[in-house]
Amino acid sequence: MPETPQNDAAVLEAPAVAEEDLMEESLVEEVSIDGMCGVY
Amino acid sequence: MAISAEFDPAMPWQKSRSVALRPEPFGALVYSFSTRKLSFLKSKLLVRVVEALGDHPDAAAALTACGVPEAQRATYEKALADLARSQMIETRTPA
Amino acid sequence: MTTVERPVGGRLIDQFEYGLDAPICLTWELTYACNLACVHCLSSSGRRDPRELSTAEAEAVIDELQRMQVFYVNVGGGEPTVRPDFWHLLDYAVGHDVGVKFSTNGIKLDKARARQLAGTDYVDVQISLDGATAEVNDAVRGTGSFATATRALENLAEAGMKDMKVSVVVTRENAGQLDEFKALTDRYGAQLRLTRFRPSGRGADVWDRLHPTQQQQRELYAWLLANGDQVLTGDSFFHLSALGEALPGLNLCGAGRVVCLIDPVGDVYACPFAIHENFLAGNVRDDGGFQRVWRESELFADLRSPQTGGACTKCAHFDACRGGCMAAKFFTGLPLDGPDPECVQGYGETALAARDVESVPPRSHLDHSHRGPVRGQPTLLGIPSMPPAKACAESPLAGVPLT
Repeated sequence: MPETPQNDAAVLEAPAVAEEDLMEESLVEEVSIDGMCGVY
Repeated sequence: MAISAEFDPAMPWQKSRSVALRPEPFGALVYSFSTRKLSFLKSKLLVRVVEALGDHPDAAAALTACGVPEAQRATYEKALADLARSQMIETRTPA
Repeated sequence: MTTVERPVGGRLIDQFEYGLDAPICLTWELTYACNLACVHCLSSSGRRDPRELSTAEAEAVIDELQRMQVFYVNVGGGEPTVRPDFWHLLDYAVGHDVGVKFSTNGIKLDKARARQLAGTDYVDVQISLDGATAEVNDAVRGTGSFATATRALENLAEAGMKDMKVSVVVTRENAGQLDEFKALTDRYGAQLRLTRFRPSGRGADVWDRLHPTQQQQRELYAWLLANGDQVLTGDSFFHLSALGEALPGLNLCGAGRVVCLIDPVGDVYACPFAIHENFLAGNVRDDGGFQRVWRESELFADLRSPQTGGACTKCAHFDACRGGCMAAKFFTGLPLDGPDPECVQGYGETALAARDVESVPPRSHLDHSHRGPVRGQPTLLGIPSMPPAKACAESPLAGVPLT
């Protein structure tokens, strides 16, 4: 399932994002290996 | 076949044997040949922790050895719990 | 000038525009040769190309994939098992830490091969089938092809293989058979995979006739929502996400970002559905091999930069469908920054109708289709079919008198 965008804007605007800022979101995202378009 | 265990940081863990981990600029991609699941690790520090798990008597020691700041321990433990649930890491039988 | 910094954290897809060190899913067509002549073949396969990679060259590609730590490769063709070195290359890949999923019509999967395949976690098998009955399937894939596929499935099931896949291209003819497909795969202990029919290769010639109607797309979407957790789709229906809740998957075009194609002569294309000079990034025989093409080609750098959605960005559903499939737009002659031809809002149909009647959609420079009549020919186009000479005949010309 696609992730709800979390703080993407804040992450991109911060010049040097420190690791501490990752506390708010999960450090692991699961993706289906079959879930990428361009393979038959 | 390992059944995914509840994550207990006092236990010894390791990257699962059927898992391939590929570092990427943003962290790593982790693929399990047994579950066909793919996970994306979002921090280089988390990658170091996962690689170090097998070298330490328990996960808590690995977190400390890798220098995970106290303020982030809960976040990193949650990440390891996620990985345990998806069988990317497994408990180690003591030697 | 500021350097653009890669974001830390966020979603995986946010990382794609900055590039990955290696593809996540890579498709490798081993040969253009095929024992079948399916009407909608995305790679216009049939005849072997004399410039095919040699065994040694194929091994060198596998060595590269191992160095790049590619997890696994999706092998197809044509029919990959008609390459005499197929089984050697399979072993070679597995022995070099590269998993293999291969797509086949089942022609070579006898009991012995099935037993061999059932033994490893590093090889997955995917059988192609486009009808839940021989009548529907064989019209598109050729007389006898349903029997070949189901025989392979029986052999795999009997050998104890648990998770082979049956991959279906959803068409106007089979869109009403979704439950039957599920029952068929359940019967063999296989997993069902439904994929999108695209106007690629020979598919361009039958797209108008075979692509699902808007009504069928809505029914397919509803069926996927209801049955989706047991059915794979290769994320190929993300254009339907504009109908409501997003389907599982990355929901975006992977071409040149997370996927690409290596073709039988070593050409690297952005996507297996885009075999055309415009989407050719390089060749594995060039200096630097596949790795250099993946990491440094201009085409891929271009695809990895933020894409302009053009007219689509004004649509409320753009975030869900991202403008749809690049290959579908390209081969129906639509602009890449406009709607997908099957846009669920109907903008694609409008765009198709607005095309200049004189214009001819782009065609690939490559066509490896069989040239004459073949045994086991599909009947969809009204050409009468001779049955295959014998069940295991590789050559569709077997037994055909050549004057």
